[in-house]
Amino acid sequence: MSARGRERLVVVGNGMAGCRAVQEVLKRDPHRYQITIFGAEPRVNYDRIMLSPVLAGEKAFADIVINDEAWYADNGITLHAGVAVETIDRAAKVVRGAGGIEAAYDRLILAVGSDPIRLPLPGADLKGVVTFRDLDDVEAMVAAATPGAKAVVIGGGLLGIEAAYGLSKRGMGATVVHLMDVLMERQLDASAGFLLTEALAAKGVETVLEAQSEEILGADGRVAGLRLQDGRVLACDLLVMAVGIRPSTGLAKAAGLKVGRGVMVDDVLRTSDPAIFAIGECVEHRGQCYGLVAPIWEMCRTLGEALTDGDAAYEGSALSTRLKVSGVDVFSAGKHQGGEGCEDIVFRDAGRGVYKRIVLEAGRVAGAVLFGDAADGAWYFDLMRSGAPVGDFRETLVFGQAATEGLRGLDPSAAVAAMADTAEVCGCNGVCKGEIDRAIADQTLTTLEGLRAVTKASASCGACTPLVEKILKLSLGDGYQAQTGPKPVCGCTHRGHDEVRRRIVDEALKSMPAVMQALEWTTPDGCASCRPALNYYLLCAWPGDYRDDRQSRFINERVHANIQKDGTYSVVPRMWGGVTSAAELRAIADVVEKFEIPTVKVTGGQRIDLLGVKKDDLPAVWADLNAAGMVSGHAYGKALRTVKTCVGSDWCRFGTQDSTGLGVRLEKFMWGSWTPAKVKLGVSGCPRNCAEATCKDIGVICVDSGYEIHVGGAAGLHIKGTEVLTKVASEDEAVWAICATAQLYRENAWYLERIYKWMDRVGLAWIKAQVEDPDQRRALYDRFAYSQRFFRIDPWAERVAGRDAHEFNPLSRRLELASA
Amino acid sequence: MNALVLDPLQWTDVGAVTDVPLRGARRVPTRSGDVAIFRTGDGRVFALKDACPHKGGPLSQGIVHGHAVACPLHNWSIALATGEPMGADAGKGCAPVIPLRVEDGRLLLGLA
Ligand code: SRM
Ligand SMILES: Cc1cc2nc3c(=O)[nH]c(=O)nc-3n(C[C@H](O)[C@H](O)[C@H](O)COP(=O)(O)OP(=O)(O)OC[C@H]3O[C@@H](n4cnc5c(N)ncnc54)[C@H](O)[C@@H]3O)c2cc1C
Ligand code: SF4
Ligand code: FES
Repeated sequence: MSARGRERLVVVGNGMAGCRAVQEVLKRDPHRYQITIFGAEPRVNYDRIMLSPVLAGEKAFADIVINDEAWYADNGITLHAGVAVETIDRAAKVVRGAGGIEAAYDRLILAVGSDPIRLPLPGADLKGVVTFRDLDDVEAMVAAATPGAKAVVIGGGLLGIEAAYGLSKRGMGATVVHLMDVLMERQLDASAGFLLTEALAAKGVETVLEAQSEEILGADGRVAGLRLQDGRVLACDLLVMAVGIRPSTGLAKAAGLKVGRGVMVDDVLRTSDPAIFAIGECVEHRGQCYGLVAPIWEMCRTLGEALTDGDAAYEGSALSTRLKVSGVDVFSAGKHQGGEGCEDIVFRDAGRGVYKRIVLEAGRVAGAVLFGDAADGAWYFDLMRSGAPVGDFRETLVFGQAATEGLRGLDPSAAVAAMADTAEVCGCNGVCKGEIDRAIADQTLTTLEGLRAVTKASASCGACTPLVEKILKLSLGDGYQAQTGPKPVCGCTHRGHDEVRRRIVDEALKSMPAVMQALEWTTPDGCASCRPALNYYLLCAWPGDYRDDRQSRFINERVHANIQKDGTYSVVPRMWGGVTSAAELRAIADVVEKFEIPTVKVTGGQRIDLLGVKKDDLPAVWADLNAAGMVSGHAYGKALRTVKTCVGSDWCRFGTQDSTGLGVRLEKFMWGSWTPAKVKLGVSGCPRNCAEATCKDIGVICVDSGYEIHVGGAAGLHIKGTEVLTKVASEDEAVWAICATAQLYRENAWYLERIYKWMDRVGLAWIKAQVEDPDQRRALYDRFAYSQRFFRIDPWAERVAGRDAHEFNPLSRRLELASA
Repeated sequence: MNALVLDPLQWTDVGAVTDVPLRGARRVPTRSGDVAIFRTGDGRVFALKDACPHKGGPLSQGIVHGHAVACPLHNWSIALATGEPMGADAGKGCAPVIPLRVEDGRLLLGLA
């Protein structure tokens, strides 16, 4: 104890935790301690989290000071600013800092924060390579931020994004380079991550995902660029590393305190030395280290009690995150990613750019991700921490606090009846209950569709549909007619296939997350029904731009072979028009023997099936088939399958045209095209129809005067004879008409709808009208041909060359080989 | 401090989290059959024995959606957290869950 009888409290670290702890102590007992604070930074205590707005030029340092010099003076605190403590002498209870400054303590608080991680990349010590932690870093960045210069930020977490945004506001071209495939993946799901990428792009911040940094390039000792593992080079004049932090433990370790990932503390924040406490980012409490201020405030409260003989225990904190980028509202808390036994409520409002996902577990809020409108973040966080059951207001939960508290506690129909006329029902279109009531009365509406047409209530995201229906029911009683709209694509949306297809084209939606957001999908990432459909719609609409989503393809289309009941695969090479050669047959025979393929079968589609191939062997089997000139037969795809032919005029005494030649020509032009469902063609040389062309999706019957084109046949689950679509005189015209028909089908049918079903729905007459109109036919044909530039490529050869190699290799063989 | 920790599981590093595609799966052969490791759209990882409770279909080859996988053979939906079929097929067996841990971005598979 000091001479004046007051206990001496020494704090190492003049940051967020150190000063807040002092405030908590002073609040409880202003006279108990004589306080000394050491701070390595040469300045007073400021709000570190506000460095981002300072970097962006939205605030000045003076605006973010928490405790100015007067505060230290008024409370009799000695501040050694710019003095880092170098040793703790626990035996003598003295800390020693730079320049020989010492202070004796009765109680010591370590609040030294953490250190930014510097990736050990070649070139990491070049000038212009900085981290983002304190005011000095911000000043270094601002100094380098000449307008027009380029910055690269490694790390797509909260800090990296705020750094990039700030630098872009300062006029730099900023690019975030992130290792993972989703920005802020620890806080966001893929949907919100996608929206964030888009929003940042709109603010001039580019994002490069799945990028592994390899080397920092320099010129004259200064950073000049970043090279990624895939060889790309991003030129830059400033490189910010924002890849994470590590609790600062050096001082504690040297003093012999118990240290894990952080300085170990118990529930009153005491270290292994009873006179020394630790708080903030430098600690590890119950196995957890924190990197946000909310838990630090809670720690400081507990420590304030502990140091003033109070009784409190710190039991860990729930976390929430909010991004500080002006105009981009992002909030995340708890189990935002769901998990065992969790359910999701998803709300999207494309018009306002809003995405909300509330995760429920056992009827309680377990987490939330909010994008675009994070106003209710605190409310969800409170619900989450209190663990209150939310079953009573689940229906309105996702609309937020205002909407929910308006209705809470009432039974549903009474709640609807009790709603004020001015209460908003449809948030997307701003429709109040009064408007809906008036529309129902004035226009004698009886259906949801009708009401939507008049008021737009529930016409956008559809999330308020149940509420709107209740209002209808309440007004009309038995007069209400339940909805009979188009069949939804799946349970993730109320929209039908036609609307989805139309809007993908009209609104130039070019990725799966873009579609899900614009069309207000009610699940975070779709399901096994809608994803393959959307993937097809996108690649059909944007053949040159869209990047195929492998994970949204059924296994057969993902690995370009048919899965069999024992998990092996079958391989069917193309045999153009059913014509083969000795060389092809020999190659097939060799492959069968080399890979010990158990079954070889002639299929019903005029080609040969190799059954029972092991998945890992597929690329090698394909390589051998490729070497003999054979390519994938797409026997696995919603794609062009086979073109069956007969021998035709080449050999047959009845043949009128070269049916074999036409079949081969069609298959060579059309192979590789993806379609809503499988497409099979047949070309017969005369009406005897040996190629069974009249039960194919598209068939040709050759006659003396030309070619009869048939459409809409099938001989599988349903047997359907074709209808005649048109008749043409030349082979060229036959090819044009068939490709145009295929394209019309590709652009209009619903996913998994075979041609005959599509024809039932749209009518032969409509198809005929399009294909017989010369301009239409030409345009359809041209679009088909354009698309084929991207898809008439052998997927086997691509995989032989190494594409998707991970698909054919196990993740690891260590456990297979390990001894027991 | 020197308490005896009994961890009967052998944790083996089988690769990086990012080696498993988002909304995808990878297969790990072991001496007691294949294990499927899944990574969902929100970045969580799960491990199940790679055999569907229906007829043994390789779940690692299915479409991953939400926290479930659609079996490639007959389209049963299997919950990744429990290995149990969902919806109409609930209650019909389960694919055993294999202990899985993530440490510093690495996948550690726990086998006895
Ligand atoms: C191999 C083959 C049987 C054979 O040994 O001959 C076959 C095998 C299968 N057929 Fe077929 N069909 C085969 C010719 C046919 C034919 C005959 C034809 O094409 O002339 C038909 C009737 C014609 C038609 O399609 O209308 C046919 C009608 C079906 C159907 C019913 C389709 C429908 O819309 O009604 C299915 C089920 C489906 O696609 O959903 C089907 C599905 C299947 C699947 C893909 C089942 C599956 O999903 O795994 C089988 C895959 C076996 C494999 O791994 O290779 N297969 N299938 C034939 C391969 C043809 C080829 O060379 O590509
Ligand atoms: C740019 C930025 C934005 C952020 N945004 C958010 C946000 O939006 N929300 C959020 O919750 N969190 C945010 N954080 C994180 C938050 O700032 C930290 O969690 C918090 O500052 C940690 O407090 P601390 O006291 O443990 O460490 P610090 O605030 O870093 O304080 C530690 C202090 O100790 C000093 N020190 C270290 N060693 C010694 C020594 N030997 N002797 C003397 N002094 C020493 C350091 O110089 C430092 O000043 C952000 C961080 C940054 C950098
Ligand atoms: S008829 Fe049935 S069993 Fe035979 S190949 Fe076709 S789908 Fe398989
Ligand atoms: S084996 Fe999985 S659904 Fe049949």
